[in-house]
Amino acid sequence: MQTFRLPAEPLVVIQPSKRWSLLSFSDLWAYRELLFFLTWRDVKVRYKQTALGAAWAILQPLFMMVIFTIFFGRLAGVGSSGIPYPLFALAGLVPWTFFSNAITASGNSLVGSANLITKVYFPRLIVPAAAMLAGLVDFVLAFLLLCLMMVYYRVPVTAQVLFLPVLVLLTALFGLAVGTWMSALNVKYRDVRFALPFVIQLWLFVSSVILPSSSVPQKWRWILLFNPMSAIIEGYRSALFGLPFDWPALGIASVLTVLTLLYAIYSFGRVERSFADII
Amino acid sequence: MQPIIRVQDLSKLYFLGGPTAAYSTLRESLMNVARRPLGFLRRPAEPQTLWALKDVSFEVEPGDVVGIIGRNGAGKSTLLKILSRITEPTSGRVELYGRVASLLEVGTGFHPELTGRENIFLNGSILGMTRKEIEAKFDEIAAFAELEKFLDTPVKRYSSGMYVRLAFAVAAHLEPEVLIVDEILAVGDASFQKKCLGRMRDVASTGRTVLFVSHNMAAVSSLCSKAMVLWEGKVEYPLGNVEDAVQSYLTQVHQITKTKLADRNDRTGDGRMRMKHFGSFDDDGNELEYLATGQDVEFRIYYSTVAPNVKNIVVGIGITSNTGAFVSLLSSELVGHPVESIGEEGFFSCKVTKLPLAPGSYTVSLIIRSSETIIDWIQQAATIVVEPGDFFGTGRLPPSSHGGVLLEQEWSAVSERVRMLY
Repeated sequence: MQTFRLPAEPLVVIQPSKRWSLLSFSDLWAYRELLFFLTWRDVKVRYKQTALGAAWAILQPLFMMVIFTIFFGRLAGVGSSGIPYPLFALAGLVPWTFFSNAITASGNSLVGSANLITKVYFPRLIVPAAAMLAGLVDFVLAFLLLCLMMVYYRVPVTAQVLFLPVLVLLTALFGLAVGTWMSALNVKYRDVRFALPFVIQLWLFVSSVILPSSSVPQKWRWILLFNPMSAIIEGYRSALFGLPFDWPALGIASVLTVLTLLYAIYSFGRVERSFADII
Repeated sequence: MQPIIRVQDLSKLYFLGGPTAAYSTLRESLMNVARRPLGFLRRPAEPQTLWALKDVSFEVEPGDVVGIIGRNGAGKSTLLKILSRITEPTSGRVELYGRVASLLEVGTGFHPELTGRENIFLNGSILGMTRKEIEAKFDEIAAFAELEKFLDTPVKRYSSGMYVRLAFAVAAHLEPEVLIVDEILAVGDASFQKKCLGRMRDVASTGRTVLFVSHNMAAVSSLCSKAMVLWEGKVEYPLGNVEDAVQSYLTQVHQITKTKLADRNDRTGDGRMRMKHFGSFDDDGNELEYLATGQDVEFRIYYSTVAPNVKNIVVGIGITSNTGAFVSLLSSELVGHPVESIGEEGFFSCKVTKLPLAPGSYTVSLIIRSSETIIDWIQQAATIVVEPGDFFGTGRLPPSSHGGVLLEQEWSAVSERVRMLY
């Protein structure tokens, strides 16, 4: 009693994978609904049993902004490109918070989903990707605060805001790249969990969040080019406040993002097949 | 007929500890380099390996309900994990000609903070259902779980029974062409188990293919149309007739229980103590080859220790029937007789008065453990054969079809005008 016809070719072939196996995009596409559901789960669960709930998404950058304004506001002066310092800092903090949450969440995601990974098959890349995407909701909320601040300080909006989606995409991809890489490392070296918060704190100081890249002496400024986040965050400010873009820096940041992402996928793929045995 | 699953020479090698330990910290890796700067020039120490599967081949035809039988550690779970694509084989090849869903666990991915409704969607999606499918079957799933009233309650407030029901309900509504099931039927209460078995029969009768792993021979016999036996990673009995496969498995178990305990290497534990012999003795201390129903018997587990000061240990004897159903557990912990200290060699004695086991043969698993670790554990360590004996003092015994366990009983007839309450 056969209720369906068997295909001539196998739907799935299971065999030891080759060392340089490519990421299967068709597989990822087939599991896009799972990506949606895992993201949705992370969003739903994140603020469960907190008194303030999603307000945390706004409070985090808001408090940081207040602290930075108190400690660094006076330093900035001309440095904040004529933008009131609180607004200047917040424009950097909103994308930075998104980025740092993305790498923390996705960096810990694989180890945190051990029980899923040892019980069901799906493309493992979905796990760090969902962790990153869930942060987008927080980002949107924090961005609303940023908009309010802009209205408050009466900063005119220019056509340059149209470039914002590209910047968000860039932030998300770079966050995914670093997070994916970290999550793969985390499987083997649990040190990642402890090192990551520390690295993020240091990273904050070299990402033009507190002070503009122009405040760095000309002699050392080239170092910032190796940090895509610096160019991306300056990019947000340019787009929001109608300041000139630093195209070369953004170009380098994009190239670095793509390269990091490729490397992350490669190193993730290498550990992927043994995840279930190691975790 | 064209197979729906084709498995060819499938092997899986596991590394146990050694140089490729499960996971390491960066410090350990650095220390290794520091300790042996030229270590990479040397041949690495031979890691301990284990062939969890070795050259396993078989073909499953559409509509087959296949039972895979084997002891713990025989490779059943590894086979399922490879077929479910959770882990990769070391060599060999599997071809799947249908959509596969696997249930290695019920409730995979359930999140305690989410409500029942939300978890149905999440879990369904994890098991490979599309959102449309879940929406279409939602009411049916809720009804199957008998949880319609609690759909908007977070799962963390569910009782464990409710949790399992919901989890199984989702799983039961998967409609893949091939369903791979691990021994999840051991969960839930009896009536729910029955429902699950029924559901699996339904799935099988619609022409779908089911792969079912178990060491419960009764479940395999009643569910499966074909069976195969795995033994230490190899195919011991190729896919075929269920009765013969079960028989082959039982023979194997019987064979291994004849090996001296001291020589058995399929044991788990930290090795502080080793069990050397298991035997049944009568009141006078004579070792018995056969037991009789109703007899007083003393079970002895002879041991030797490596480290003398083993304290606070628990000794257990698990008795399983021929079909794999658990019959009884004898444990020093249950009766509150902790074994506090012991000599270097000796035996643990467990006395049972009036053995209530029906005639038949039983397998015995033995364990010695401390409160936190297993010291020595051998599954299917020995067979005990129970002969008909005079349990009731009447020379009568229930027919073998009504065996099981014998209970002391008293009957009397009481003449009384009974008001028709019942």
